[in-house]
This record gives sequence, structure tokens and C-alpha cells, in this order.
Amino acid sequence: MSESTPAARWIPLAVFAALALLLAAGVWLSRNPDREALPSPLIDKPAPQFALPVLHEPDRKVTLADLKGAPFVLNVWGSWCPSCRDEHPVLTRFAETKRVRVVGFNWKDEPDDARRWLDQFGNPYWVVIADIEGKSAIDWGIYGAPETFLVDANGTIRWKHVGPLTDALIAGELVPAIDAIDPQHEGMPREGMKP
Amino acid sequence: MLPELGQLALVLALLVAGMQAVLPLLGAQRGRVSWMSVARPAAYLQFALVLLAFAILTHAFTTQDFSLRYVATNSNSLLPMVYRYTAVWGAHEGSLLLWALILSLWTAAVARFSQRLPLPVIARVLGVMGLVAVGFLAFLLFTSNPFERLLPAAGEGRDLNPLLQDPGMIIHPPMLYLGYVGFSVPFAFAIAALLDGKVDTRWLRWTRPWTNVAWGFLTCGIALGSWWAYYELGWGGWWFWDPVENASFMPWLAGAALLHSQAVTEKRGSFRGWTLLLAIATFSLSLLGTFLVRSGVLTSVHAFAADPMRGLFILIFLGTVVGGSLLLYALRAPSDNDGAPFAASSRETLLLANNLLLSTACAMVLIGTLYPLLADALELGKISVGPPYFALLFTVLMAPLVLLLPFGPLTKWQREQASRPFAMLVPWAGLAIGVGIATFFLAPQSPWKVAAGLAGATWVAAGTVRFVWTRFNSQGRRFTPEMVGMTFAHVGIAVFLIGALLVEGLAQQRELALAPGGTVALGNKTFVFDGVQHRQGPNYEADHGTVRVFDGNRLVTTLHPEKRRYASGGQVMTEAGIAPGLRGDLYVALGEPLGGDAWAVRVHAKPFVRWIWIGALFMAIGGFITATDRRFRRQDPAA
Repeated sequence: MSESTPAARWIPLAVFAALALLLAAGVWLSRNPDREALPSPLIDKPAPQFALPVLHEPDRKVTLADLKGAPFVLNVWGSWCPSCRDEHPVLTRFAETKRVRVVGFNWKDEPDDARRWLDQFGNPYWVVIADIEGKSAIDWGIYGAPETFLVDANGTIRWKHVGPLTDALIAGELVPAIDAIDPQHEGMPREGMKP
Repeated sequence: MLPELGQLALVLALLVAGMQAVLPLLGAQRGRVSWMSVARPAAYLQFALVLLAFAILTHAFTTQDFSLRYVATNSNSLLPMVYRYTAVWGAHEGSLLLWALILSLWTAAVARFSQRLPLPVIARVLGVMGLVAVGFLAFLLFTSNPFERLLPAAGEGRDLNPLLQDPGMIIHPPMLYLGYVGFSVPFAFAIAALLDGKVDTRWLRWTRPWTNVAWGFLTCGIALGSWWAYYELGWGGWWFWDPVENASFMPWLAGAALLHSQAVTEKRGSFRGWTLLLAIATFSLSLLGTFLVRSGVLTSVHAFAADPMRGLFILIFLGTVVGGSLLLYALRAPSDNDGAPFAASSRETLLLANNLLLSTACAMVLIGTLYPLLADALELGKISVGPPYFALLFTVLMAPLVLLLPFGPLTKWQREQASRPFAMLVPWAGLAIGVGIATFFLAPQSPWKVAAGLAGATWVAAGTVRFVWTRFNSQGRRFTPEMVGMTFAHVGIAVFLIGALLVEGLAQQRELALAPGGTVALGNKTFVFDGVQHRQGPNYEADHGTVRVFDGNRLVTTLHPEKRRYASGGQVMTEAGIAPGLRGDLYVALGEPLGGDAWAVRVHAKPFVRWIWIGALFMAIGGFITATDRRFRRQDPAA
């Protein structure tokens, strides 16, 4: 119990000052951005295995093994997703640089709607695979569309972005990430290689 | 347009709160009535504005406005309607808005129910609450704006954290915040008294119901959180000494000490300085709890937001409010020696012991919670303080509290012949010891825990009944709501002791792989696993298990534990199948699928686990009943 002598009354303040110092140290320690970002647990992990039908040829299935051998960008989209429309011109400009293959991951969509959407706005994708029920998307940990992954030649996820891509983001993050894993610019398979 | 209106409402609320803080405080210092008179209207206006902002955010959730970043990250088109309401406070920004809303609600309530207080007092109290509101509203607007737009709008939301898609989570945060923020009332009174330079016991009496109500809400909030963790996390535990749990438990302990010391100061005039310090400490611990949860400085299973900017902001805010208050205390605190003198054997002494034990327990929880941070800061490595530390120290500190508890109400103020309460309680001590010895030899396992739980509960309950009996036989048979409330709360402690120690001592569990048709025996029950079916929920797919429980050949109950996979993010959640009962719960959780139709299945028997929450409910009800005592609202000052 406080003695109420003048000196004793300062004890609570002194205790609190020490506490505040400790909390300040805590804030300082937590400034590390790794603790702030919501890192995808999949970064630097192998991409999940899948076997999904090609949107334009529903009888043919594409697996992860088919895409390995060179890096590729996997872009999650749906015809129901307004932000994907906003993203579409940005993605088209990037695909036209032919830096890597851009694989479309059509998520929880009606195949007819999806094909019509691509006919109307243009198809920037090297190949589009369709996850109609959204089961494979769970393995990828997909939050919402649009969402974009960079997978290297060995099938390891290297980079991920939730939300629409922008030109600044592509120039500032995606392209450097590609350069880091593909310095020889072998990302685009030679002509004649079928998706 | 609506979200912009919400944003505008928050900006205006900040300005109004600033006015509510500055003018009345200055007015009270300089004796200007017109400045002081601003306090009440400003309090009402601030409440209306924050309520408007909150309603607009709720509307954005119910109408799925994914152009708001906060809505897009915490809702989803598949989210059922009821969770769209709770999603409003499902993450950082919204829960801060709820904090601000409840603070403005309490402020408006103080403005409304303080008609009999002198104007300078109420001006100072509302001014201090306004200052706190300025801090929170600025924090909202500058670092955590719930109305931030997402351009272009998201087509689909990321969904509410599935852990929070649960009925218990609907009322847990509001209850907790009603408690946290409610302590701002005694805090504001303490600051007002320090500014004024004198502690008038009449005003102190006026704050007592507020402290009791806040403590009651906090008790409910903590109990709901514990109940939620029990059935939602799938581990069958009810308290984990997790940093976030500790963050709410520290103000609870300090608040319990404050309840008792306020009674002493109000009735006897003693412990004035100490009561003020406790009032400051209790609310400061509420703020510290908010800081710990919201800054991401400590990591825990509950970790919600982690952002150093936010951490820095709350730290500065915390430093200003708490540092300023304690500085004021150091400069102006009244002497503790003013009150009526009391002898070593008196109720004052017992309540002093109560306060010392509760405050020490609170400090112990604080040290345990922050020690990992200290070790990290001093580069001693990453460590965590586990339940063994907390459980041991807490038991050591609470055992004397339980022993002394029945004496308190039976002992007179000021001076008591020690032999009198002893004589009254000896038979009941004998009964408790008898119960303890009997259960020690009858308990199937952990005899010490079970015996201690039942003996302690018998002692507290019988001692409390003895007090009721004494009152009943006294002249007038007067039972004030204050006494009824105290009786409820103390019986609640007895009920809680039974729940906590019996479930710790007698719980049984087994985990094993079961194929459909497989059985597992636990105690006298047999659990038959009937396999797992696929089910589609509104926004998840579930593996829906069926487990029948038999007692001999009689079917006792059928349980349905689930593993849910949420469509939006793919998180997997465990829903335990629970058969609740007063004598104990049967609890089944699904583990991992093991191939074929086999699953890892965990079965628990949890004897008397409900008594933990029933006990907490009794304590909360006790707090609420005490608050209804008319004596606290009586006009004439008692001598």
C-alpha cells in the first residue's frame, strides 16, 4: 500500500516508465516488415499439384508437371469479377512483352461466360485452366480474385500478389522477381511448344 | 457516398470530443460556468456521431460493399447474414470503432445520470473521458480508418476469419469492451478528484455502481471468451494463459481489487490515495490490454493486427494518458492516513489483504505476459512463459484469498474481537476439512486437486451462507442490494472453484485412430465412431462425423464433430461435438483423416466444466445487483 510519503508517490510513475520503455522496445522489434505482412505460407514452397481442364479444350487436362521447365505467372480471374476487368489491360500489356508465360486460372466460373469474356476483351493468356468448383484454389490458398502467383521452373512459388496488378507493381516487383529466377530470359518457351 | 458520410461523422466526433475535453476542463479550473456547461451536450453529440459512423459501417457489411477495404478483407458474398453484423468488429479497424462507440455510450450515460453532481466535478469527469475519446478517434482516423476505399473495388471479399464465425463471438467483444471502457468512469473520477485536490467520498460513492457494472461486463466477456476457446479451438481447454487472455484478465484482477477498496474508502474514508491509484491502474491496464492486442507486439493464437505504426501510436497515447495520470497522482495524491483509524483485527485489514493479493496476482500476470518481450529486447532469445508458471503462482496467491474470504463479511469495521468470526466459522471450517478428506480418498485421480477444489468451495459457500444467516437473524433483517450482490459474487467463486479444480483434476481424454464402427472406452462410457459424411455448409464444406455414446447398452447421446473447410480461404476449422451437462461434458473432436475412412478422433470427459462459466456468471450478476443499491444514488451525504 502506498505510504503517501512524497517519494513513495513517485513509485507508480517510475514503474510505468520502465514498462513504457519495454513496450517501446517491443514496438521497435516489431517494425520488421516480415511480421507485419501476411506472408503466404506458400512462398518458396512447391506449388500445389493439380490437374485441371483447359478452358477451350475441356477434354484436355493440364498438370503442374506440364508447366514446369520454365517460370510462369499464374493469374486468378473470373468473368464475375469486376476488378479482373480493370486488371485486364495491365495484364495484356505485360503478356505482350513475352517475358514469361501467363497462365490464366479461371476460378469458380461458368466456362461459357469465361470464353465469352475472353472473346470480348481479348485473351492475354498462354493457356487458361478452369477450376470450376474452386477445389484446386483451396490448395493455392486463394483469397479472392484477382490474385497472381509467380512460379519458377522447378515449380516453386516465388511471389504472390492479392488484388489487381498495376503497371507500377509489375515493374517494381514482378519483373525483378522474374529476373532473379530467370536471368537468361528463357521464360518464354520456344515457338512450337504447345501449352 | 454513405462511407464518406461515416468518415465525416468520425471527423466531427473527433472535433466534438476535443471540445468536450478542453472547454470543460479549463472551465472547471477557472470557474467558468458556460465553458463547463459544454460538457453534457458535447457528450451526447459525440455519441450520436460515433453511432452514426458505426451504423454506416454495419450497413456496408450487410449490403456487401466491397469497395471498402475493411469490408472486402472481412466479409464474403457467402457469409451468412448474422455474421455480417459481427464481422463489423471482426478485425482491427471495426473493433476500435466499437471501442470508441462504447466509450461514447458510457460518456453519454455519465452525462445523463450525473444530474446531482456539482457542475465542476461532472465537467472534469466528462472532460477526461473526452480526452480519452480524442486519442481513440484520432487512432481510428489516422492509422486504422474503417472507411478507407479500395479502388478498384474487389469483386469478392476475403471473408471473415472463420474462427470468428461463431455465435459466441457475436457478444464476446462487446461485453469485453463494455468492461474495459467502463473502467474509464472511475478513472475519470480519480483524475477529476486529483485535479480538484480533494477526494470527496460522496462522489466516490457515486462511481461505485459504475465500477461494479464494468467489472460485471468484463467478467461476462472473459467467461464468453473462455467458453468460445473451449468449443471452437478443439483442444478442450478453457484457459490458456495466452497473452490476449491475460490482457483482459489483468484489468479484471485490478478491477476486483478496486471494487473492494472503493467500499472501504466510501464507508470508512480510508485508503483514499490507494483507491485513486487503483482506479488509474485498472483503466491503464485496460488500455495496456488494447495496446498488447492491437500493436502485435506480442504474438498469440489470437493475434489480429500487427502494425508498428499503430503500435507506436497507441504507445504514445498510453504514455500520455497513464504517464500523465501517474504524474498527477505523484504531485497531488491525498494521504492515506485521513480515514477512520482501524485495528489490526478489522474488516479494513482483511480488505487490505484482499487488495494486496489481487494486486500481486495482477503484477504476476503482467510480468509473465511481458517477460518474453523483455527477453527478446535484451536478446536473451525467444522464450515463452507457459501455463506452469501462471498456474503455480496464481494458486499460491489465490489460496490465502479463498481462506480469508469468509471472514471478511463477518468481521466488523474498525475493530473486531478476532475470536468472534472465528467462533462463527469453526464448524464450517470443520465441514470443509471433512469434505476435503473424504474426497481425497474417494477421488479416482489427482486427489489433491479434487480435495482442494471441493474443500475450498465448501468453505467459501458455507462461510457466505453463515453471513446470510447472521444478517437474517439480526434486527431488521436488512439485506441491501450491496449485500445480495456480494453474496452472489462470493458464491460464484465457490462454484468456479468446483468447476476449475474438478475439471483439471478429473478430466480424461483419449486420442486414437478409428475406422467406422470402431469404439473407444472412456470411464464408464463407450464411444462408437460411425464414420464421416460430406456436407455442404453456407460458406464451407464439412466432414461431418457421427459418434454415438453408450453407457452400457443405453444410448446416452449422439455427437457430431466437424472439420470445416472454408471456401474463401481454405482454412480448416474444428467444431467439437459436445454433450453439455451440469455434471460434466462429453466432448469429441475430429483430428486428421488417416486414409480410407479412418480418422484420428479425440474424446474427452470434462467433469463439471460448466461450473467455471456458471461461477463467472454468478460473479457478474453479483456486480450488477450491487450496482442497483439505492444508497449509491442517495442525495444526502452520510456522515
